[in-house]
Amino acid sequence: MSDLTPNTSEYFSAVKREVMRLVAGAIIPADPARDMPGADDPAILDDILASAGRDADDLARALDILGAEGAQITDASLARFRDDHPALAGVLSLVIAQCYYRDDRVLVAIGMEPRAPFPKGYEVAQGDWSLLDPVRARGPIYRDVPQEGTDT
Amino acid sequence: MAEMNEPVDVLIIGGGASGAAVAWSLAETKMHIVCLEQGDWIKNEGFPSTGRDWEARQFGDFAISPNRRKLEADYPINEDNSPIKVANFNGVGGGTILYAGHFPRFHPSDFKVKTLDDVADDWPIDYATLEPFFELNDKMTGVAALAGDPAYPSKPAVMPPLPMGRSCEVIGEAMNKLGWHWWPSDAAINTQEYEGRAPCINLGHCGSGCAQGAKATTDGTYWPEAIRARVELRHRCRVRRIETNEDDMATGAYYVDPDGVERFQPAEIVIVACNGVGTPRLLLNSASERFPDGLCNSSRMVGKNLMFHPYSQVRGHVDEKLEGYKGPRIGTWSMEFYETDPKRGFKRGYCYQFSRGYGPVATAVNGMADGIIPWGAGHHEAFGRMFDHSLGMLAICEDLPEEINRVTIDPHLTDSDGIPAPRITYRLSENSKRMLDHSVARGKEILQAAGARDITHKTIFPGAGWHLMGTARMGTDPKTSVVNEWGRSHDVRNLFIVDGSVFVTSGGVNPTSTIQAIALYVADQIKNRIYELFD
Repeated sequence: MSDLTPNTSEYFSAVKREVMRLVAGAIIPADPARDMPGADDPAILDDILASAGRDADDLARALDILGAEGAQITDASLARFRDDHPALAGVLSLVIAQCYYRDDRVLVAIGMEPRAPFPKGYEVAQGDWSLLDPVRARGPIYRDVPQEGTDT
Repeated sequence: MAEMNEPVDVLIIGGGASGAAVAWSLAETKMHIVCLEQGDWIKNEGFPSTGRDWEARQFGDFAISPNRRKLEADYPINEDNSPIKVANFNGVGGGTILYAGHFPRFHPSDFKVKTLDDVADDWPIDYATLEPFFELNDKMTGVAALAGDPAYPSKPAVMPPLPMGRSCEVIGEAMNKLGWHWWPSDAAINTQEYEGRAPCINLGHCGSGCAQGAKATTDGTYWPEAIRARVELRHRCRVRRIETNEDDMATGAYYVDPDGVERFQPAEIVIVACNGVGTPRLLLNSASERFPDGLCNSSRMVGKNLMFHPYSQVRGHVDEKLEGYKGPRIGTWSMEFYETDPKRGFKRGYCYQFSRGYGPVATAVNGMADGIIPWGAGHHEAFGRMFDHSLGMLAICEDLPEEINRVTIDPHLTDSDGIPAPRITYRLSENSKRMLDHSVARGKEILQAAGARDITHKTIFPGAGWHLMGTARMGTDPKTSVVNEWGRSHDVRNLFIVDGSVFVTSGGVNPTSTIQAIALYVADQIKNRIYELFD
C-alpha cells in the first residue's frame, strides 16, 4: 500500500500560506547556533502545506483564527490560541513537527542519519543479561491455581 | 439479488489473528475452506519505515484509529460514548499488522477469577487446556523470549529474546533497586531467521508495520501455510450478514466482492473471526425473523461485556543518551502487580510494558502536548533534553466485564457498502480507576528510581483501544453466554466464534497470544468432534 495521504499543496490560499509561515516560524524558530532552520524555511513550509492530509480542514480553521484581521502572531497570541483551541493547537504541532523533523538539515543537527530506517536498520546492544539474576533469585511470583484441563 | 457462489465446507469471516490460525489448523482436514477478508494484502515495501515520512504516516494512512485512517477497508465506529477509542487494522493479518508484537500469554489465574477473587466468572476452560495451543502458536508465530520468567509456569522459548539496549538496562536497574519483577518480553519478532522470515534489524517502527517482515503478522506466518494447503483467501470482500435456515443452522453469508457485486457464499460451517467489535456488529446485523435480537443472541449477551484494557502511560527522561528510537518499541515487561493484593484497593492487576524512546516527530508532538517542549523560544533546547533521552511504560490493566459496556448498531452510521456500523458505549469502572491510579504512582516510582526527570503521565491513554474482548462470551450456560466451552454458538450449531469476543475476562496482558491459542483450540475441537459437531 502506498501512502494514501492526499497532497494538500493547492489547498491553502496565499493568505493562509502567509499566516502559516508566520505561525511555523514562531512555533519552531531558527536556531543558528545549532545550525537549525526555522519551520518557516521555504522548503519545510512547502512540505507542511503539502502534507497536511487528513488535518487540512482543521489546519485551515486554525489559520483563519490566527490570521483574523488585525491579529498579530506573537507569543501572547499563540498562548491564547493554545488555551482557547487546544485541539487545533495539537493539529498545528503535528503538521509542523512531522515535516520539520524529517528535513535533512534538522536530522543531522539532532544527531540522526538523514535516511529512512529501512533497509539499513540500526544496531542495538544486547545489554547486560546478568541484571536479571536478582529477579531469578526471588523465585516464582505467579499465582498457582488447580488446573483441570479439558479433554480434547 | 445476490450472485450465488459454489458451496464450501467452511466459511471463515475475517483474515486476522484468529481467522488465519483457525484456517491453517483446519486445512489438514482437506475440507474446502474459504475466508472472506474485508481488507487488502499489505506489502512490506509499502510500510512507512521505507520512506522519509516514516513517522508522519503513523498519523495518516497507518493511524491506529479507523476513524482517522478512513481507508476503503475501514468501517466507521461511533465511539462518542467511550473514553477509550478503538484501535485496529483491517486487512489480511488484521490487528497484527500494526501491533507491537508484545506476546504474553494469559496467566493461569486469569481463567479462575471468580474462584480466586470473587469477581466476574471463571472461564469454562483453563490454562492447562490452552497450554499445548499456546506452545503451537508460539512455534507458528516465532516467539522471541527468555525461558525462566518467574511470572509464568515453565514455557519454552522459540528463539533468543530481543536485545535490551540501554533503555531496558536503565529500567532493569531501577526495578532491581525496588526489588520488583521485570523480564524480557515475549515478542512476536524474529531475532533470527525463522521459517523463511528475516530477523529484526531494529527499524524502530513496529507499530506501523514491519518492512523487514521480522514481526510475526499472520499474512506472513499462518496465511502462506494455509494457502499452500489450499485454503482460499478472498480479500476485499466485506460480509453483510450471515443467513440461517428453518433448522436454525447457518447457511452461509452475504458479502460484497471487490467489484461491488453482492454475493452469497453457502457453507456447511461458518466461523466468525472479526474481533470484539466486528463480531457483535455482524451478529447483530444478521437479525432475522427467526433471530430478531441478532444471531446467536438468545442470551442477549451479544455485544455486552465489552472489555478494553484501560492503559495508563508514564514517561520520563534521563541525562544519558539511550538511542531509544532504534529497536522494537517493546523490550521488557513487569508482572509485579499482576495478581490480586487486597492491600492495593482493587481486584486483579496489570502488567507494565516498558518501551523505548520515540523518533523525533513523536518526541516533539508528545512533548508539545505535554507542555515540556514549548512553542517558540526554548523549543530547541527542550527538544534536545528530551529526544533520545526518553523511556517509560504502559500499564495494561485488567478490565472486568460489565453488561453496561457494550457494542450495539448505530442507527445512522454505515460503512461504504451501506452496512450499519457499530456504536460503543463504555465507561471505566471504579476498580479500573483505582488500578490505573496505582499503576501511575508505581510507574513514577520506577522512573524516579531510574533517575528520570521531566516525568509525564496519562492516567487513561485514550487512543489505546487495541484489545477488543468479551462481546460474545464463552460459557456452559446458554442463558448467560453466546458460545459453549469449545467455541460453538449455543443457538446456531454450525457457527463458531474464535476471536477475542469469546473472552470471559480480559486478563491484564496483550491478548493476541491467547486469542490465537483459543482459535487453534476451537479448530482442534472441530476436528475431534467432526462426527458429532452439530449434535
